[in-house]
Amino acid sequence: MPGLIRSNRKLIACVVPAVALTFILMLLAPAAKPASPQSDAGINQRYLSPIEMAFSLDGRLIYVVCEASDELRVVDIQSGKVVRTVPVGRVPRGITLSPDGRDIYVTNAWSDTVSMIDAATLKTVRTLPTGFEPTGIVSDRSGNTLYVANRLSNDISVIDVSSGQEIKRLVAGRGASYLALSADGKSVYGTHIYPNAGAFRAPPNSEITVIDTTRQSVVERKLLHNVAGVFHVALSADGRLGVAAQLRPKNLIPLAHVEHGWAFADSLILFGDDIGGTIQVPLDELDRYFALPWGVAITPDKSKIFVTTAGSENVTVIDVPKLLDFRRSSARSGKQSFANDLSASANYVTARIQVGHNPRGALLSQDGKRLYVANRLDDNISVIDTATEKVSTIDLGGPKTVNALRRGEQIFFTADYAFQGQFGCANCHLDATIDGLQWDLEPDGFGKDIVDNRSLEDLSGTEPFKWNGGNPDMPTECGPRTEKYFYRSQSYTPQQLTDLVTYVYSLRFRPNRYRLANGELTPAQERGKALFERTKYKNGQQIPENKQCTYCHSGPKYTNQRQFDVGTGKSTDRSPVIDVPQLNNVAYSAPYLHDGSARSLEEIWTVFNPKDMHGVSNDLTKDELNDLIEYLKTL
Amino acid sequence: MKRKLSMHFTRLVAVFAFSMFVLLAGAQEMPHFRWENFTVANGLPNDHVFCVLVEGNRIWAGTENGLGLYENGKWKVFRPADGLAHQAVLSLALDKRTGDLWVGTMGGLSRVSAGRIDNFTQLNSGLSNDIVYGVGVQGDFVWTATAAGASRFNTRTGQWALFNERNTPMYEIWTYAVSPAEDKVYYAVWGGGVLEYDVKTEHWKDYNDPDGETELVLMKDQGLIHEITTSVSYVDKILWVATYFGASRYDGRYWHNFLQKDSGLPSNFLNQTKAVDGNRAWFSTDKGLAYYDGANWAIYRPALDTHKPEMLVRDAAGNVKKIEVQSAPAHNYILGVDFQGDDLWVATAKGLSHGIRQPGSKDTANALQARKLIQKK
Repeated sequence: MPGLIRSNRKLIACVVPAVALTFILMLLAPAAKPASPQSDAGINQRYLSPIEMAFSLDGRLIYVVCEASDELRVVDIQSGKVVRTVPVGRVPRGITLSPDGRDIYVTNAWSDTVSMIDAATLKTVRTLPTGFEPTGIVSDRSGNTLYVANRLSNDISVIDVSSGQEIKRLVAGRGASYLALSADGKSVYGTHIYPNAGAFRAPPNSEITVIDTTRQSVVERKLLHNVAGVFHVALSADGRLGVAAQLRPKNLIPLAHVEHGWAFADSLILFGDDIGGTIQVPLDELDRYFALPWGVAITPDKSKIFVTTAGSENVTVIDVPKLLDFRRSSARSGKQSFANDLSASANYVTARIQVGHNPRGALLSQDGKRLYVANRLDDNISVIDTATEKVSTIDLGGPKTVNALRRGEQIFFTADYAFQGQFGCANCHLDATIDGLQWDLEPDGFGKDIVDNRSLEDLSGTEPFKWNGGNPDMPTECGPRTEKYFYRSQSYTPQQLTDLVTYVYSLRFRPNRYRLANGELTPAQERGKALFERTKYKNGQQIPENKQCTYCHSGPKYTNQRQFDVGTGKSTDRSPVIDVPQLNNVAYSAPYLHDGSARSLEEIWTVFNPKDMHGVSNDLTKDELNDLIEYLKTL
Repeated sequence: MKRKLSMHFTRLVAVFAFSMFVLLAGAQEMPHFRWENFTVANGLPNDHVFCVLVEGNRIWAGTENGLGLYENGKWKVFRPADGLAHQAVLSLALDKRTGDLWVGTMGGLSRVSAGRIDNFTQLNSGLSNDIVYGVGVQGDFVWTATAAGASRFNTRTGQWALFNERNTPMYEIWTYAVSPAEDKVYYAVWGGGVLEYDVKTEHWKDYNDPDGETELVLMKDQGLIHEITTSVSYVDKILWVATYFGASRYDGRYWHNFLQKDSGLPSNFLNQTKAVDGNRAWFSTDKGLAYYDGANWAIYRPALDTHKPEMLVRDAAGNVKKIEVQSAPAHNYILGVDFQGDDLWVATAKGLSHGIRQPGSKDTANALQARKLIQKK
């Protein structure tokens, strides 16, 4: 969430009264601490969080992937009832069926596996290995090969179904997440939720990764300029139109300009023969935004595109012929791009259909008459009649009460609190992680006080917040600062702030893939640990305490929760004093340093530590630096 | 007695005839090429070509000023402005499973994957050194030979392992080439002989001058010909080594060395060797391109004196014949070679050459039969 991006911003005078008022409210209602399980009877309920769906081959059942309950729920469409529940691995995120419908494949993001489920018995028959944090999955036409997008290893696993072996990995975009098979089965299209690595302070770039299923190799990467965050991708039945949901962030200029324009453009990327190349298409309107476009579906007759907007609780309906006409007429008038023209959507968006909280996966019936939308934070499915646009609901049988944690999660993922509904916490903290971007948040001029987005995993014990440690606790971080500074809109009530803080503090560490299963360290990691904990130079002299790694990076979260000048400040920073960040799962949160100027862990020391102020590293050999980094990855 | 002499004579004739048959048959099979040469004049990024790699119908050329891709009759050039780590491209390797191209440069290691270029340097990654003389792919691992030892990159986990004087018998760390296979990984260490990594045991072993004193083997075939190695090629469990002082072949037990004076090598100064199989190999020297088929040798070059196209064939008995040819590689100074079916692509100091295999053996045989012996050792 933007509110957790640490910055050095001064609160401008006009905000102070609001902050003071909020502070008074907090004092009056000290509910902004995380709710304890005892304070909310429902806190320990296990919600379902449906996120993706697939039809059975006969179209009579919907298989629903439930991310929070680690299960697959099977819904009978006729009755609208859940008929079976199938346990799968940890944090399931994606689903596909074999072409003959006999097997269901579910990716388990936190188990690094695919569950292969017999569709007849609904029993898990095999577990297949993948890369780190598998998410999207498709089968090729033959059913012999699975493609799995791995979000944390930034690649796509190619799995031979008969042997159950992962035969190779293909390089994908950073945060590889969603896949779609072309209608002719010849290509797989992949997207990724974090931007690819690029130069510091350069516009972010992303790609659509195109795999030839015959060669099982990447044959094309469609470059997406100024894009960070690409989600579901879909292909039309005639194979001539592709569409993916995406974000265009405005991270290079001060976010204060949110009042004058957008912080994100919620948009689509269109490609294929109907387009002739690629074109980015805005979904927003001049004064209303439709945050976090996520799921996409194209009707079989290619008349409509449906887009779930995960932060705006609705589905956007696009008239495809109108869109293509508008694109052609724009081109004729010499306008090759209308990606930033928020008036454009009026030419092709025909409806915004209200659905539930945090709508994600979108699934069209084979005849295109009904659209099913997984409302992740309502534990239900919206069923939209695509002709009348009337909505009904299928309840998936989750807890009936909405507790503090779930309320907080709903607040985290919605854009309702921001000016014009522009964005929510989850815009920057995609799926409660990071966005891989560096933001110019301050209204202090362009390029000043650049800040990197930080992880939210298990934040308890890492206070204070902000990169300069200016926010002593989470309520301060999430409350007035976020409300007034980022959202420029309505404030949270004390209860809402409590709920939000409860949710943020509930976020767990993702599994660390660099630790051995037996808990031991590899020889390289052992050597790195010794370097991390060393107190002496290699020549035997004592390293000053404040230059020892463990002085600042101490305790269970590897932070002493203090602030220091470690020589990493830039001339564009207001102050070189930086809050000591936690190091757990640091391998997943590149780039590094307060401003994201270090693209890799190595660069922290090879580029940005010339005077040994950020720990003593200049007496290390390259081997030793590698060892140190191998150890850091295990934290 | 007369009958015995007659039988003996008959046997001698038969042996001689068989020997001649073998020699001629071997010589007849020496490949014959028509050479087409590429320079900056027809699109090559630079005439100084360090390496060449064939990927189906696509040809990658690593030059002093950019990476060239020849496809459909046109050159496309990649330089730092296009994302490449450095303009001087020293080595190339193809991951045949994924189609990714690994590019060793004077400024780091680049991965070219369907048009996207990612760079790994000594500053932003675990790569041991930015001067990447050699690169090779072995399953999920990418091995590099750098000016500061060997590196192994695990493409699945992103982890690096470095190998140098601290953890191997590499007493020189100037690694010059790498040839990875399923069971073994071999390194040519410039001034340090050959290093062998056993994939199963993860142990390193070095091959150097047997007496440990003179850098070169004193008695022929007792060991590696010389410690200043420039290239290794491990195929069919046979190791071929190029050095600045001759070439070696090692079958795991016995060494066989090749010198200009006792083989068909045109020079003892070798930049590269690339094996076809356990018996056949190509050698890139400073005096032409050489081919060894297990018995016979062929040399392809512009003649050293006249610079006219030249092909020499040396049979197992040491007989050398000059074959009439109309074309030759772009230059004598050969830096690398790769195969495209029956064709060859050759990196030289003055251009890239495409050796187009001619419907060869008959023509070659005729040529052989038509020419007189010009030299006999």
